[in-house]
Amino acid sequence: MISYLVTVVILVAIAALVGLALNLQWGLAGLVNFGVAGFVALGAYTLAISAPHVGWLAGLALSAAVCAGLSMLLSLLTIRLEENYLAIVTIGFAEIVRILLLNLGDLTGGALGIADIPRPFAGVTPAGWGDAVILAFALGLVVIVFAFSEALVRSPFGRALRAVRDDATAAAALGKPVLALRVRAFAIGGAIMGLAGALHAFFLTYIDPSQFTPIITAYAFMAVIAGGRGSNLGLVLGAGSIMLILEATRFLKDVIPGVDGVQLSALRLGMIGVGIVLLLILRPEGLVSEPKRRFADFFPPESEKA
Amino acid sequence: MHIKKAFAQQRGTIALRRGDDVNPSPFLQVKGLTRRYGGVAALDGVTLDLARGQVTGLIGPNGAGKTTLLNALTGLARPESGTVLLEGENVTGMPAHVMAGKGVVRSFQIVRELASLTVFETLLAAPPAQSGETVAGALFGRRKWWAQERANADLARALLERVGLVKLADQPSAMLSGGQKKLLEMARALLMKPRLILLDEPGAGVSPPLRLEIVRLVRELKAEGLSFGIVEHDMHLVEEVCDHVHVLAQGRALVSGTFAEATADPRVVSAYLGVAA
Repeated sequence: MISYLVTVVILVAIAALVGLALNLQWGLAGLVNFGVAGFVALGAYTLAISAPHVGWLAGLALSAAVCAGLSMLLSLLTIRLEENYLAIVTIGFAEIVRILLLNLGDLTGGALGIADIPRPFAGVTPAGWGDAVILAFALGLVVIVFAFSEALVRSPFGRALRAVRDDATAAAALGKPVLALRVRAFAIGGAIMGLAGALHAFFLTYIDPSQFTPIITAYAFMAVIAGGRGSNLGLVLGAGSIMLILEATRFLKDVIPGVDGVQLSALRLGMIGVGIVLLLILRPEGLVSEPKRRFADFFPPESEKA
Repeated sequence: MHIKKAFAQQRGTIALRRGDDVNPSPFLQVKGLTRRYGGVAALDGVTLDLARGQVTGLIGPNGAGKTTLLNALTGLARPESGTVLLEGENVTGMPAHVMAGKGVVRSFQIVRELASLTVFETLLAAPPAQSGETVAGALFGRRKWWAQERANADLARALLERVGLVKLADQPSAMLSGGQKKLLEMARALLMKPRLILLDEPGAGVSPPLRLEIVRLVRELKAEGLSFGIVEHDMHLVEEVCDHVHVLAQGRALVSGTFAEATADPRVVSAYLGVAA
């Protein structure tokens, strides 16, 4: 049971990382990325291929760098493309990644995938503590990325991204370098997705292309929508609740008679869908609304001065 | 007190800029500017000047190319030929954010507010050269950008008080009325350290008291040394605020002069009434 709980927490951590990345790209900068699964896969494979040679830490950095670089290139297309077309390009990107992973057998192991991926601190971990170390590592990563994203969201950089999201033309007329801001947001988001993929590979120590289905992208969008666009805190809550609902409902078949596993798995996704629709009707801004700079942050009302 | 301080600072920058140009060239020179949309030449070799420290009106019938000219001057439409000189510097075809950085600031005919930013945030976003708008600056220069933010907040507050929006500071911009959005757009423009403010139909869809407010603001700012270019259909407003007008028709500058001179010209009358010139 403990190891099951560890698994759930790590899955939440991976979903939270992916969600934080998408929140930066889509929530804040308004760039739709339907290729999330492709970036996560790329991160995982970069780590799996490089870590045995360069060590886990350099592998982790490489995962982030490769995903950031490719994200940057993709987002440069927004010079010529209207925003929605970037979404189509990202779908294509994810598909290309999937096909390459399947067919570059020498490098990626094809459909068989890659096994025996080294874990962080594997050399110094006492026997039986593997899960605890990876759990701490996952939580540490989430905390760091969360703090980093919060610093960006609440800075003038985050505000400029929101301006670009609201109206790119008006933002340009306000003197904001629209393309440069978009490229940065997309690249940073890509880097975080790469980290999430690396964590995924560390945790499972075995990866194959079937683990990186578009459902990863769907969960990330659900988490951002449920949590509230632009809010990192909401995002973590959103990702957490979606994963918890998905996992907790596994046990429904013990409670509800006459429902078999296949029906239940369809029902679980349906429940998430209904939940999101209800949330959008009842609380369209999501669980937590995005942080705003208040007038009172600088000019406290008289009553509070004393 | 805040207001005075804020505008003393702004006037300071303007005065500085006016002081260092000794060249006698006009403030903004447009030469032979052309921009086509398909087969239509929205601008067909426009040549005109905007004078320093004056309010220049750009008038003309619908389709004359007034808004296209504004777009070409602010980097939103790329001219196919012709040049734009800002104080002698060739700025033809520069992207919008670069033009804004050079102090050429505009409003839109249909207000484009940043819907999810609050009124206060919209103003905080306006000042140029914020160190916290780069990734590294945001992460590692917190002390620096926070100090800038404080200074900008003082300016923003002064402007909010000046245009009477201070009670709405924390409202999302999308919630404002049409006229309030125009005022917010003006305030936003003023925070961008402008040299030239281009207004696209500032009087359209604005209630009479607010219209008075806009006229008053333009006059005050002109007295403080700012230059304006105003596209407007409301001829009373043009007459009230413009020192000089250019009449555009079919993508060309037809006539220029004072408002009285321009409106008395028979070519202008025929351009408006659609008689072949």
